[in-house]
Amino acid sequence: MALLEVTDITKSFGKTEVLKGISFSLEKGNVLSIIGSSGSGKTTLLRCLNFLEEADGGIIRVDNKVLFDSNTQHALTDAEIRQNRLHFGLVFQNFNLFPQYSVLENVCLAPKLHAKERPDYKTNAKEICDEIEAKARKLIDDVGLSAKCDAYPCELSGGQQQRVAIARALAMDPEILFFDEPTSALDPELTGEILRVIKELATREMTMVIVTHEMQFAAEVSDQVIFMDDGVIAEQGTPDEVFVHPKNERTKAFLSRYNNQ
Amino acid sequence: MDFWTITQELLQGFGITCLLFAMTLILAIPLGLLFAFCSMSKFSVIKVPTKIFIWIIRGIPLMLFIFVIYYLPSLLADGNAALNIFNTIDLKMTMAAGSRELLWQGRFLAVLIAFVINYACYFSEIFRGGIESVSQGQYEAGYVLGMTKSQVFFKVVLKQVIKRIVPALSNEIITLVKDTALANAIAIPEIIKCAKDMASSQALIWPLFYTAVFYLLFVGIVTVLLSRVEKKLSYFKA
Repeated sequence: MALLEVTDITKSFGKTEVLKGISFSLEKGNVLSIIGSSGSGKTTLLRCLNFLEEADGGIIRVDNKVLFDSNTQHALTDAEIRQNRLHFGLVFQNFNLFPQYSVLENVCLAPKLHAKERPDYKTNAKEICDEIEAKARKLIDDVGLSAKCDAYPCELSGGQQQRVAIARALAMDPEILFFDEPTSALDPELTGEILRVIKELATREMTMVIVTHEMQFAAEVSDQVIFMDDGVIAEQGTPDEVFVHPKNERTKAFLSRYNNQ
Repeated sequence: MDFWTITQELLQGFGITCLLFAMTLILAIPLGLLFAFCSMSKFSVIKVPTKIFIWIIRGIPLMLFIFVIYYLPSLLADGNAALNIFNTIDLKMTMAAGSRELLWQGRFLAVLIAFVINYACYFSEIFRGGIESVSQGQYEAGYVLGMTKSQVFFKVVLKQVIKRIVPALSNEIITLVKDTALANAIAIPEIIKCAKDMASSQALIWPLFYTAVFYLLFVGIVTVLLSRVEKKLSYFKA
């Protein structure tokens, strides 16, 4: 049974059709990479799945539960959208850390706010917060930044900020973690540290969807690769099928442009 | 009149100046935030009237607006500006207090309303600029972490907005300190009015110049406080 099942997602901005019916499924513990040239709709797809944009059509299921179905009549309420988002985590291209909070506070903020909705929060506030902090420290340690717990985002390098962003996303225990070009805003010498963290997550069976331009990395880390072109999935399969034996002409053209660089 | 008597009299007027300053600040900030949200509303029935209202208030002199607030309700009520509602309040209070001089609380209310609305409009534009300058990514980062809209605004965005607007707000607050002098247009006994009264009754002009010391001290204190706020928020970049 697939953990994430996406069926026929469509999205237009005005008259521009950005997604023309995207369908795929992802098994628990697997890593999916989405590649394709700029403007092919990769980021829009990710934003639709995270409900930052509402898809015009299609169905999104997680663990066989329908989160979004354009055929059911009612529009999602804010509360429903929020509930849906909790299944997912998203790491942005430009990190979007909260500048006024320290590294530890960045990671703790959302879990602490979320914990306030627990019925036992009033009686156990102290323990719950301690627990969240202990877990946050562990996550920060996992991305190799335990020495920077009290630093502010402006004091960190881009790579360090992105690692904090990953820890922050993980703190909400997402079932699936999405990455939107996580290394595109980084200097080439800093991409390695992010890719290492993602690989480490893959070995721990984290289910992930990664939009990336790092072909080498996508080939190494993925179980499944999707090549998107002009709003459709032009080709999908194992890394071997897509990168080594591509069938679609557009995939071949895209990959040869990369290989020639 | 000696120096100390004059100082004491001016201090009384200065008390009213400070009161007008403080109450305007306290009331105009939340009202300005409300105006800011209305002017950013996606519903044009809210947005357009708010924008027009802000244009009108910012477009007319504050002194004129004080007169409008002072006279208009009475004109609308019975077409007779002589029976001023705010003056009636003053008369009633004066009689109740058994005072010989006309009290000023009713007229103060008129001035306060004018100041609060005027400053709320200026603040709202500063707030709007501040709120719109925070990147969409900050909102989205909050949303994908499962925060509600209000949590994102109060826990993520607000402090960044405050940091960005402190310099512009400081300017406006310092202007407010001095704009309080406009209250003497409807004879509120603030410090300038006190000094002017002395000039006419005692034939003394120097107390009017002496009021500058009060303003300068007050603006000095406000400047120090605001730069402390700025310094306190300098630990992060936004």
